Amino acid sequence: MALLEIKNLHASVEGTEILKGVDLSVNVGEIHAIMGPNGSGKSTLAQVLSGNEAYEVTDGSVTFDGKDLLDLEADERAKAGLFMAFQYPVEIPGVNSAYFMRTALNEVRKHRGEEELDAVGFLSLARERMALVEMPEDFLKRQVNEAFSGGEKKRHEIFQMAMLEPRLAILDETDSGLDIDALRIVSEGVNQLHSPDKAVIVVTHYQRLLEYIVPDFVHVILNGRIVTSGDKHLALRLEEEGYDKIRAEHEEQAISA
Amino acid sequence: MSAETTELESLANQEYKYGWTTDIEQDSAPPGLDEGTVRFISAKKEEPEWLLEWRLHAYRNWLKMTDPTQVPGSEQWVMAEYPEIDYQDIIYYSAPKKKKAPKSLDEVDPELLRTYEKLGIPLEEQKMLAGVAVDAVFDSVSVATTFKEKLSEMGVIFCSFSEAVKDHPDLVKHYLGSVVPHNDNYFAALNSAVFSDGSFVYIPKGVRCPMELSTYFRINAANTGQFERTLIVADEDSYVSYLEGCTAPMRDENQLHAAVVELVTLDNAQIKYSTVQNWYPGDKDGKGGIYNFVTKRGACRGANSKISWTQVETGSAITWKYPSCILQGDHSVGEFYSVAVTNNRQQADTGTKMIHLGKNTRSVIISKGISAGRGQNTYRGGVQVLKGARNARNFTQCDSMLIGDQCGAHTFPYIDIRNTTSQVEHEATTSKIGEDQIFYCNQRGIDTEEAVSLIVNGFCKEVLSELPMEFAVEAQKLLGISLEGSVG
Repeated sequence: MALLEIKNLHASVEGTEILKGVDLSVNVGEIHAIMGPNGSGKSTLAQVLSGNEAYEVTDGSVTFDGKDLLDLEADERAKAGLFMAFQYPVEIPGVNSAYFMRTALNEVRKHRGEEELDAVGFLSLARERMALVEMPEDFLKRQVNEAFSGGEKKRHEIFQMAMLEPRLAILDETDSGLDIDALRIVSEGVNQLHSPDKAVIVVTHYQRLLEYIVPDFVHVILNGRIVTSGDKHLALRLEEEGYDKIRAEHEEQAISA
Repeated sequence: MSAETTELESLANQEYKYGWTTDIEQDSAPPGLDEGTVRFISAKKEEPEWLLEWRLHAYRNWLKMTDPTQVPGSEQWVMAEYPEIDYQDIIYYSAPKKKKAPKSLDEVDPELLRTYEKLGIPLEEQKMLAGVAVDAVFDSVSVATTFKEKLSEMGVIFCSFSEAVKDHPDLVKHYLGSVVPHNDNYFAALNSAVFSDGSFVYIPKGVRCPMELSTYFRINAANTGQFERTLIVADEDSYVSYLEGCTAPMRDENQLHAAVVELVTLDNAQIKYSTVQNWYPGDKDGKGGIYNFVTKRGACRGANSKISWTQVETGSAITWKYPSCILQGDHSVGEFYSVAVTNNRQQADTGTKMIHLGKNTRSVIISKGISAGRGQNTYRGGVQVLKGARNARNFTQCDSMLIGDQCGAHTFPYIDIRNTTSQVEHEATTSKIGEDQIFYCNQRGIDTEEAVSLIVNGFCKEVLSELPMEFAVEAQKLLGISLEGSVG
């Protein structure tokens, strides 16, 4: 059984339909890349899967680990093991990063039936996972995402992923705004965390990230639908040809159909 | 958005957990107020003649004053609306019946002690726990003061106001009304006429009070007003940290709480006064709840002295209070740190006044207002720098947070500077609690209620960090509870 099974998913925001029938199946151990031009619906897909209430699901179904994902609140999805690395992580002024992370981790651990971590246990785990993304320890003393640079925010996202150990991680344009070193650090972190019992969905505009996080499958999303899928070579082709060619092909298909 | 708003409202249906009443016999005055009532209270408390005269003086002044609600604008009350109070319908004195004044905790009505246990302040345990000495005021009288002996060894006086009148009349006479005159305002005058008890603290020269002193107020009897009076005097080079907490049962009628707090610091002395106010706020439709009309003021009489007010106001149907500092001594410092939460139909009009008289005086005002439901939250603050207050400085930061779209936040800073060497800064922000912040927390496994509590606590951090440790923990929980159900 697939870890994530999306069927005919339709979703809209403020009355405008963005997703117009997405089908996707993701198994454990797999890395999927979802690519598409701006406005194609790829970030919307990430938001809908993680339960952002600003988006309304109008049709279709999503199962995660056999459960009806759409029936769960956002926090329940997170507890069930779905994680999204935000494209634009928000600042939460006055809230200490370590306190935030420990609160989240213990919520997730409680849900898994694991013991909650005390401050000491938390800190030793946090130190280990921070090393993965080469984050200095003073991050934990700072306020959540406040005065973080773009690169720091993205590393912080991957650090949280490393702490929460999700079964499915969705990286929403994690590469945007990253310089080449930060891109390498973030990608290596993701690769080290990947294992045969987990899956990753990488949402990206550019092929660049996929040189570091090598996908098993690449899907192209256009106008709210996945129009073509392939292996990592599809991403290279896109890089060369741009989205226009696929768009043209897709429109032809649509007309002839 | 409408579904969201409904959920916002449903979240606002928080249960008030201190809403029970205690079934004990009360010794009460009949409702109503005239000179006879004032004499009755004074006689009940076996007060000296001068105090009765003082009360009567206050009462006669009060008669000449006007309820600020009846003359809009006269005493700045614009942001609160409530029906006229019938002062003849209030019971001005209510005390648990007892045979004699308790000499120790063993003589206190066990039913009363159980009440305090429910409030989370087991006096029995308090005896053993070092750190906090508690004076508990139940309706009108002070029930028991713990740690009195240990404190008296150091010369610290911590007792009920009535005891202070009996045992330390000179101190009381010297300082009573010296910061808040009996004709200061309508409610202060009323309090001066009918105050029934409260706490008295005196810290002698050079003494650093070794423990936090604490008073717990509770209104139990129905139709009772609570009019307590607190007077704290810190003599030269002394220090004290004082905590005040309050709760009341749930009743459909509004109850009046009109307290007066006076603080005095002499040279190099410091008073840190912290309040966690959780009076019953009324139900979600605004029925019942406490009218919290309080006058709190401190005078930094001595050079280099300091008064610091920290308040967390989550309860009461209406809160009207401005803990203020009169900075008389040169180099004296006044601080005001405030968190005020209004949910459902609660109204709060609160802030401070910093009056700079001495040279090089400094004041800091940090105010955090949080409005949810249909709550109305007003910050009203005055900074006054008089001519002689050379090089005075003030910094004011005033932040408002809105939860939902039916609440309101208002800011009224009054700044009056009479010299050219002083510096005053005012910063103000208003923000809405972000759906995106809540979603971010949700996406990490933190549910919405916990997320609101986390975000609000972050918002209030600068104030909460001023509270003594054990109080800060309580305040954090209280913020969470007060806002339970305010976001969908």
